Amino acid sequence: MPITFTVNGNPATLDLPPEMPLLWALRDGLNLTGTKYGCGVAACGACTVHVDGQAVRSCQTALGDVAGASVTTIEGLGTPAALNAVQMAWLEGQVAQCGYCQSGQIMQAAALLSTTPNPTDAEIDEAMSGNLCRCGAYPRIRAAVHDAARRLQEV
Amino acid sequence: MGRVMKIARRGFLFGSVALLGGVAFGWWRYATPHGNPLIAGLGEGEAALTPYVLIDAQGVTVIAPRAEMGQGVHTTLAALVAEEMDLDLTQIRVIHGPASAAYYNSAVLGEGVPFAPTDQSWIAETMRGAMDIPAKFLGFQITGGSSSIPDGFEKMRLAGAAARAALVQAAAKRLNLSADQFTTEAGHVIAPDGTRIPYTDLAVAAAQIDLAAEPPLKPRADWRLLGKTQPRVDMLGKVTGTARFASDLRLPGMRFATVRTNPRQGGAMNGFDDSVAKSVAGVERIVPLPNGVAVVATHTWAALQGAEAIAFDWGPAPYPATSAEISEVLRGSFTEARKDSTNRNDGDVDAVLTGDDWQAEYSVPYLAHATMEPMSSAALLKDGKLTIWSGNQLPTQILTEAQTLLGLPPEAVTVETTLMGGGFGRRAEMDIIRQTLIVAQAMEGTPVLVTWSREEDTTHDGYRPAAMARVRAKVDGGSLVAFDFATCSSAVVESQVGRLGYSVPGPDGTIVQGAWEQPYRFANHRVTGYRAPHMVPVGSWRSVGASQNAFFHETAIDELAHLAGIDPLEFRLTHIDDLPTRKVLEAVAEMSGWGTTAPGRAKGLAFCMSFGVPVAEVVEVENTPEGLRLTNIWAAADVGIALDPGNIEAQVQGAIVYGLSAAIRGEITLADGAVEQQNFWDYEPLRLSQCPPITTRILENQSHIRGIGEPGTPPIAPALGNAIFALNGQRLRDLPFAKSVSFA
Repeated sequence: MPITFTVNGNPATLDLPPEMPLLWALRDGLNLTGTKYGCGVAACGACTVHVDGQAVRSCQTALGDVAGASVTTIEGLGTPAALNAVQMAWLEGQVAQCGYCQSGQIMQAAALLSTTPNPTDAEIDEAMSGNLCRCGAYPRIRAAVHDAARRLQEV
Repeated sequence: MGRVMKIARRGFLFGSVALLGGVAFGWWRYATPHGNPLIAGLGEGEAALTPYVLIDAQGVTVIAPRAEMGQGVHTTLAALVAEEMDLDLTQIRVIHGPASAAYYNSAVLGEGVPFAPTDQSWIAETMRGAMDIPAKFLGFQITGGSSSIPDGFEKMRLAGAAARAALVQAAAKRLNLSADQFTTEAGHVIAPDGTRIPYTDLAVAAAQIDLAAEPPLKPRADWRLLGKTQPRVDMLGKVTGTARFASDLRLPGMRFATVRTNPRQGGAMNGFDDSVAKSVAGVERIVPLPNGVAVVATHTWAALQGAEAIAFDWGPAPYPATSAEISEVLRGSFTEARKDSTNRNDGDVDAVLTGDDWQAEYSVPYLAHATMEPMSSAALLKDGKLTIWSGNQLPTQILTEAQTLLGLPPEAVTVETTLMGGGFGRRAEMDIIRQTLIVAQAMEGTPVLVTWSREEDTTHDGYRPAAMARVRAKVDGGSLVAFDFATCSSAVVESQVGRLGYSVPGPDGTIVQGAWEQPYRFANHRVTGYRAPHMVPVGSWRSVGASQNAFFHETAIDELAHLAGIDPLEFRLTHIDDLPTRKVLEAVAEMSGWGTTAPGRAKGLAFCMSFGVPVAEVVEVENTPEGLRLTNIWAAADVGIALDPGNIEAQVQGAIVYGLSAAIRGEITLADGAVEQQNFWDYEPLRLSQCPPITTRILENQSHIRGIGEPGTPPIAPALGNAIFALNGQRLRDLPFAKSVSFA
């Protein structure tokens, strides 16, 4: 039975097995490839999306469980023409190297800032340590989260 | 035939060729053995252009023929062109361009000559220049060895300067004025009366310009972009999820595949039972591979489920089956018969070291690359033509593979080199490429994306070799009078190049890399490399041989400094007279407040020159109730000319994090012939909470321009180990440290 949910504000209906991880439903079913596969076991955070505003690992979220929910991916957070404040901070801070993990990093940071508008380093460590970056952009990620917090408070 | 000007420097001929509606600038080559990527149909005796700059009505495109794996190479190579053309990076499009031997890399082999980077004698420099010839002969378009900037520094600027000169002369001709009255700015030629003519308007006319004289390159004092941090050309795509990696390619009718191959790498597949797999919803086809299968499905998840459902009968590993056995092989390889090189042998070590001298043994394990994007590539074979999309560091080798496996001539193959989700040396391999070619042939007419699972990726790699070192030394009167460094590993070049079907005669420089060429001077000084047998496949892992040898070497130096009762910084400076090296040591000492200690903390220092770049790093640690914590890192590196300081900082920081992941927890072990680690839960890289502030300083005291992708990695493991010794008195000679120390 097709599963209907909302992706980036638009209705989506997928006739795929309900046990299929949301990650693959997004990537292969909807061609939303901004959400990345890194490990498949919720150990790296590259697949992080928002489900009803909460950051989740889409590789461990079954498609059937998001029926009726609102999913936001990196493509829905902001666009190249209209960046979200977190993306703006990432751009200004020149954070990405290979960039593969950054969709997940940005989605995780955006979720953190929605509940903790002015996080301390310890709170950033706590929230962001599930997101691996093999290029080692961590110093700039930390700085960009602080910068994004400032930007969001100015809005 | 286009227009050529002679550029005496290194015999390059730079010039242009007319394209439909525009012009291409680049490097003219005559009597070349290589095919040309963009201009086909040349007759006998005609010349071909290797283009770097294309200008047409749409704008300016720069071909940056090196793989962008995160190191920022597209931005810096484009900036070299943009500088000479008076363009901003926002005004150009940067592409990798086609796979072609014409884009060979001459710098990558340059450091393979048996002269230390600090040796600038006539013979050493001549030999490095001569390395241009075999690189050209091999025609490898390769990204690696921190070589893209040394290779492109002159080529890219000359292409830009040639383009600018032709555009100016085209404008002068149009207005019937002399060229020297014109200037250029922001993509326009400016006439004496202030009229601004866009480059795009001059492209067709510029193709008709005879470039008689060598255009001067801008003096450094006039640089607007180079030497200053540039916004990366790939950043916007990477923060919006719109950057396209190979795994992101989607085509109409595309199928999604994954592979499962013998976890005992190189072992045979005796058989498999796919009866269950075939009934997994979405699985369409099982394609046999030489040592495994590919499962093709309607979605990646179905393919992964299908692969999971296959029962395999795997053959044994063609190498010792356990880590313990491999360690025994290494231990037994310090023999005369296995001696590979003695690149350094000053004085008479044997006369000074007589038996009861100081000695120590060190070891490091295998390491996986673990790029964030597991191996992936896509291909479509249709009507006798193949297109393959892959993030690969050796695109020209893909042409060879397609010819070998599918019988396709190079002109029938298009290689689209995509952005790479991390490289670190992993993507110079052909395993995923060969699999993709076989699947594309089986699925002819249908585009297929092959994606490895993380488990397949962790267990199938060309690993950083496990290695051991034995060091003997004698300290006398506060000075190191004899240093005998013996290091042993399987040979990376033998293994990696062997997988491509080539063999390289002679010693394998990677075995002693990061040891023999270090700018230390001891009266009696020997570095011997021992080549262990080829066992588990090994490959180039960020900084290659320096990744293990710097740990061995700099831990030993630290031990000997303490033995001599001399401060480790002073001890090093006593034995080093190379000026750029002394400067990075002095810089990192000044940055870190070397010699001062915060309560409860301690610092460790290490140094390594790799890929010609001297790098000194200091780590500060403290004990906490949760375990040992890294509190600060400082690094100083000398790249000769710092083209993009912000990117260099990012590379040094990233190289340090990569090295810390290995130093603290990184270990690949073998049991029953297979790698035991599977995923990030048992091969866990450093996480953000463990990463301290990393302060970098870039120096420019050396005479050569150098690349910086790798040199930041080697010193960090010994610096951390030396800090742990300074804090706790615990000397750690084996990696990873987490086996001996609990980390916060």
